[in-house]
Amino acid sequence: MTNSIPMPGKHIVIAKDALQTLFSTLQAANYTLVGPTVREEAIVYEEIGQMDDLPVGWTDEQGPGTYRLEEAGDGRYFNYVVGPHSWKKFLYPPKLTLFSAQQNGDGVEFTANKESPQYAFIGVRGCELAAIAIQDRIFLEGQVTDPHYKKRRERAFILAVNCTQPGETCFCVSMQTGPKVKNGFDLSLTELDESFLLEIGSELGGEMLADCDWRPAGSYELNQSRQLMLDAEMRMGRSLDTADLPEILLDNLDHPRWDEVAERCLSCMNCTLVCPTCFCSDVQDVSDLTGGKTERVRVWDSCFNPDFSHVHGGNLRPNIRARYRQWLTHKLASWEAQFGTLGCVGCGRCITWCPVGIDLTEEAAAIRGGQS
Amino acid sequence: MTVLMQQTTTALNGQADAMVPETAVITRIQYEAPDIATYTLSFTDDHIREQYQFLPGQFNMLYLPGIGEVAISISSDPGQPGTLLHTIREAGNVTGALAKLKKGATIGVRGPYGSAWPVESAEGKDLIIVGGGIGLAPLRPAIYHVIRHREKYGKVTILSGAREPGDLLYPDEYDAWREHGIEVIVTVDRADKNWRGNVGVVPMMFYKMRPDGRKTVIFTCGPEIMMRFVVYEALARRIPKERIFVSLERNMKCAVGFCGHCQYGPFFLCKEGPVLSYDRVEPFFSVEEF
Repeated sequence: MTNSIPMPGKHIVIAKDALQTLFSTLQAANYTLVGPTVREEAIVYEEIGQMDDLPVGWTDEQGPGTYRLEEAGDGRYFNYVVGPHSWKKFLYPPKLTLFSAQQNGDGVEFTANKESPQYAFIGVRGCELAAIAIQDRIFLEGQVTDPHYKKRRERAFILAVNCTQPGETCFCVSMQTGPKVKNGFDLSLTELDESFLLEIGSELGGEMLADCDWRPAGSYELNQSRQLMLDAEMRMGRSLDTADLPEILLDNLDHPRWDEVAERCLSCMNCTLVCPTCFCSDVQDVSDLTGGKTERVRVWDSCFNPDFSHVHGGNLRPNIRARYRQWLTHKLASWEAQFGTLGCVGCGRCITWCPVGIDLTEEAAAIRGGQS
Repeated sequence: MTVLMQQTTTALNGQADAMVPETAVITRIQYEAPDIATYTLSFTDDHIREQYQFLPGQFNMLYLPGIGEVAISISSDPGQPGTLLHTIREAGNVTGALAKLKKGATIGVRGPYGSAWPVESAEGKDLIIVGGGIGLAPLRPAIYHVIRHREKYGKVTILSGAREPGDLLYPDEYDAWREHGIEVIVTVDRADKNWRGNVGVVPMMFYKMRPDGRKTVIFTCGPEIMMRFVVYEALARRIPKERIFVSLERNMKCAVGFCGHCQYGPFFLCKEGPVLSYDRVEPFFSVEEF
């Protein structure tokens, strides 16, 4: 084992407990570590302190409308499927003060929120990296950029994880976002039986390994990793045919399937909240008791919220049929015209966390199959 | 056939954080109808006041701390950006609170946002401007622009309608518009005993016009049902879809394409809209609850 700075593009191997050294280096560099941890019977993304906070030995069983944690007892750190949280909660927080307004005599003064936390994301899957890249297009690559997203995004350190554990609701292969991470990370990790195989994605990623004992990866590790990826690709629980999908959906806005799904959909918003790309927000005013100071707070919103399309004179989408159609045609059709990509990465969260198990791959296939 | 290019703006007046408003003072309030008033706003910051420019059809976000924010079209002359007018109907929380404000009050303003009436590419053509109720407000900057450059346009007709005579917007200006060689047709849905003018919904008044489909451009803003029939009447007169422009309204929270509320198929109406040519919105225009 050596102890120096590996260069970008290099594959190296570290002992499993050496991950703790990386965590300590990141913390010393003022990163707030956020990553998977077990909380309230789910694997969620929260602030973590050390390796022991990771879901060691835990896995999960998922299906349409179901999620169950299970003890795998294999001592693995990343042997689970994505849970209800996604990294958007850090880059695009569910609740964020945009600015405050202070009454000042006859006038009023606005002060922008300049807060800018520095996160290290531990365990970002391929589908999730793709979701971040999609949100980059929304918040960074248009005419206007969101300064809050920009600061968080630019400062974030990304330790990606090659997914060896796809679930029943996964279809990243269809969306070409996984299971192997492609780019956009500082380090990517594959969990092997005895060690972690790391790929260096950036100079910063290499520098953070300066204190770790590592050795160059051998063909044994590289082959094992390749095999794990092939296995994962074969274990997709779902698939989605995306060929001509935007045209098919937009040409079928009056398809009877919308009525059928509306009978099941509760318009509960779960799908939009767990979706790693959904970006709709509302803005609310929170005033102090004197009314002199007001915070303008951005909160996540959802196109399933009946208030979402409210204009004077009423709600433009009073029926669930219209709200579900808005969501699905946005995600799998009009998103492409807006951002040059579909809004879905195949993570399957919306299927798992739908209380009635509505499956967007099934809905899209039904409309494709029975075009009017 | 000429395809008219839409103008859009990137002018956000140099704000680093697009969501943080600038302060402006209400310098005048003019009552237009029982629940409609026009507010004159003046930016507190000298530099912003001098630099501020907008295109006809664009809107601003007006913010009342503790109440909320609302998208309101600019209704003044784009040639005089220093006098910034918004004609507002009391319809919800924010507009209701605005209606209670007095001259001298400070509010937040950010903008201008959105696409504009294509006044420049409509040069050399005949123009029909159709406003229903408060829908005339976002059209007035285009009317002022046309008057300012009257020689560049052919026959210009303004069709203004409202539910009742008392709801007509800017009635005091109609004669001034006529003086610039503009035909102004006025109609109400329901007359009262003093009304001597036309009675009938706005699209019905097309029977009074003989537009030349080869060289006519239409700008229309009003209730969607009205615009739908304006489009119908226009198409019946062989005015091509590409030359019929509608201004659409949806819920708007951010005005910069981030909040998702104003989506209309592939468009964010705050960015690609509110003004869009009919050929672009046709696939969705008659879809219920879209």
